[in-house]
Amino acid sequence: MTTLKKVTQKQLFLPLFSMVLVMLINIIYDVAHGNPFYNFFTISINSQGILYGRLIDILNRGSEAAILAIGMTLVVSASAGTDISVGSVMSLAGGVCCVLLAGFGNVNVNSYAVPLWVGVLAGVLTACLCGAFNGFLVAFLKIQPMVATLILFSAGRAIGLLLCNSAIVYINVESFKMFGGYTWIFPTPLLITAACVLVTALVLKFTALGTYVQAVGINKDAARISGYKSAAIIFLCYVVCGLFAGIAGIMATSRIYSADTNNIGLNLEMDAILAVALGGNSLGGGKFRLSGSIIGAYTIQAITTTLYALGVSSAQAPVFKAIIVIAIVTIQSPVVKAYMKKRKAAKLAQSSVEVHA
Amino acid sequence: MKKLIACMLALLIAVALCAPAMAEDNVVIGFAQVGHESDWRAANTNDYQTTFTEENGYELIFVDADNDHAAQMEAVRSFIQQEVDYIVICPVQEAGWEVVLQEAQEAGIPVIIADRTVSADPELYTTFLGTDTALEGETAGLWLAEYLDGKDANILVIEGSVGASATLGRTTGFNKVADEHSEWKILDSQSGDFTQAGGQEVMESYLKSYAGQFNVVVCQNDNEAYGAMDAMDAAGVTYGVDGDVIIISFDATKEGLTRTLAGKINCNVECNPLQAAGVMDIIAKIQAGEEIPDVTIVPDEAFVAPGITSELAQTMTQEILDGRAY
Repeated sequence: MTTLKKVTQKQLFLPLFSMVLVMLINIIYDVAHGNPFYNFFTISINSQGILYGRLIDILNRGSEAAILAIGMTLVVSASAGTDISVGSVMSLAGGVCCVLLAGFGNVNVNSYAVPLWVGVLAGVLTACLCGAFNGFLVAFLKIQPMVATLILFSAGRAIGLLLCNSAIVYINVESFKMFGGYTWIFPTPLLITAACVLVTALVLKFTALGTYVQAVGINKDAARISGYKSAAIIFLCYVVCGLFAGIAGIMATSRIYSADTNNIGLNLEMDAILAVALGGNSLGGGKFRLSGSIIGAYTIQAITTTLYALGVSSAQAPVFKAIIVIAIVTIQSPVVKAYMKKRKAAKLAQSSVEVHA
Repeated sequence: MKKLIACMLALLIAVALCAPAMAEDNVVIGFAQVGHESDWRAANTNDYQTTFTEENGYELIFVDADNDHAAQMEAVRSFIQQEVDYIVICPVQEAGWEVVLQEAQEAGIPVIIADRTVSADPELYTTFLGTDTALEGETAGLWLAEYLDGKDANILVIEGSVGASATLGRTTGFNKVADEHSEWKILDSQSGDFTQAGGQEVMESYLKSYAGQFNVVVCQNDNEAYGAMDAMDAAGVTYGVDGDVIIISFDATKEGLTRTLAGKINCNVECNPLQAAGVMDIIAKIQAGEEIPDVTIVPDEAFVAPGITSELAQTMTQEILDGRAY
């Protein structure tokens, strides 16, 4: 009992619980259809020598949202606002990378115009610049985050389209498929995400940056008076958010070995924001848990993959997605949490009365 | 001073906006395009821009509505105000066109609905020109029937965007043929949003749900077909002429036909984006006072991979590919 209590009181319990709940739907479905209950969770190595299974799909396909969620968590924490431009910036980063690699004006190439690393670096740097632009508007001009990032939300994708002449630019070179393909037995996006999470977590753990970000998020002016450079920290968070959007953009581009500027990262900013919220973080800024956001991102992907597995028609899928999200958010809402606590206290009081009587 | 500058700027913008309508002599055409969502759309726009040139005696006022229905209606209203000679609309959505079309009719401007249909009374516009997506779906189905020649088919469909007219048409057309074949079974049908990433994700899921149970994959556009191929490559499933799975795709873009020529796509049904010549024809007829049909269907062809011969489709060759601009 006491260990159970300890587990349920852990801050990450609810986000994790939600994810498990989503996966449970699959067990019920599989059993009802006469499949072994572990059907959804089977992982094997297939004939191509790579890991294969629904769980791998979730981890693989959820990579972009998970990477975006890292940056989004920092931005939300420091500036109590969201960066809605990340999806657009992803598309722009992919566009810049592909246009450089293909050479301006070409739409389908079989060899690079510039070395691969130049294209990738240019794409990621462009995304960092976008982040810096957002950061400058928010941190130094004190424009509200949603308004500031709305500019690149609409302009980022448009610039990408201009660069690509409104066409899909294909890079038919095997090495370009690397970032969205497979390394040894693992999907590469999974490894990239793991690296991004690890580096961020280590930086937050071994430097005071995490504390700075939270202090600024809780009270910007108090933090400034205490000697933190609030504006600089907010600026940095937006640059990091841009960086991760760039990495996610290159990954999404590499998956389809083409710059589909119209569709890359479309609506992903919403998934990233939702991931932060599902992870139990307040969108009002301040204290944050990175692990929560990552779990949130994979929960969203788990819902999508589950709906595919259940064969829910695409027209109805958004409704089911909404129902599941409502359930998760409700479980984690302060009112429900307070109610559960009160009930527990009442129960405790009652049992102690019984003991004494 | 500031106010003066602001006023002058406003005036300048107003003049700039009026400028296109002031050119003389040429036949002025207001063209309200859907947006720029795909390669197909870009080819469609480009076709209009290269057909209705000043050399040919036209002036094209082009507005990209960016998939915004309201913006597109405003564009048509501005065409009416500018008193253009003809209005061409590729509607973002079917419904809600009555009022604007009425206004155009009152202004005496002929309206040509192109590419996609509207639900308004045909009396309100001059004519419709476009492809028949249901016919495309039917062609795909008839080709499959011819190719399988009575053998069983277990079919997986990767649909286009939910509610898009191409999705509805291609589904209806294909299902019509499928219903006549009791040996065919459509195992599942989900949306890949007309994108390669969407096609990948849906196919990845299909490969797990229906491992070893399917032999036909129908993708409602080429991009989805590329995605489905990527997913099958990763899962070690073979497809195309020499593979286990038959792939049917739509659009027949240049890249799509390249893969058809390579034998990766068995059958690719065209959706012709080159519609401007047809529109020019209609306008010429109206100018000459001739009768015009209410509906003009732009013909679509189908292409099959080398090694397959069909009465319904052309077998791909390098010459066909080289001859395609799009």
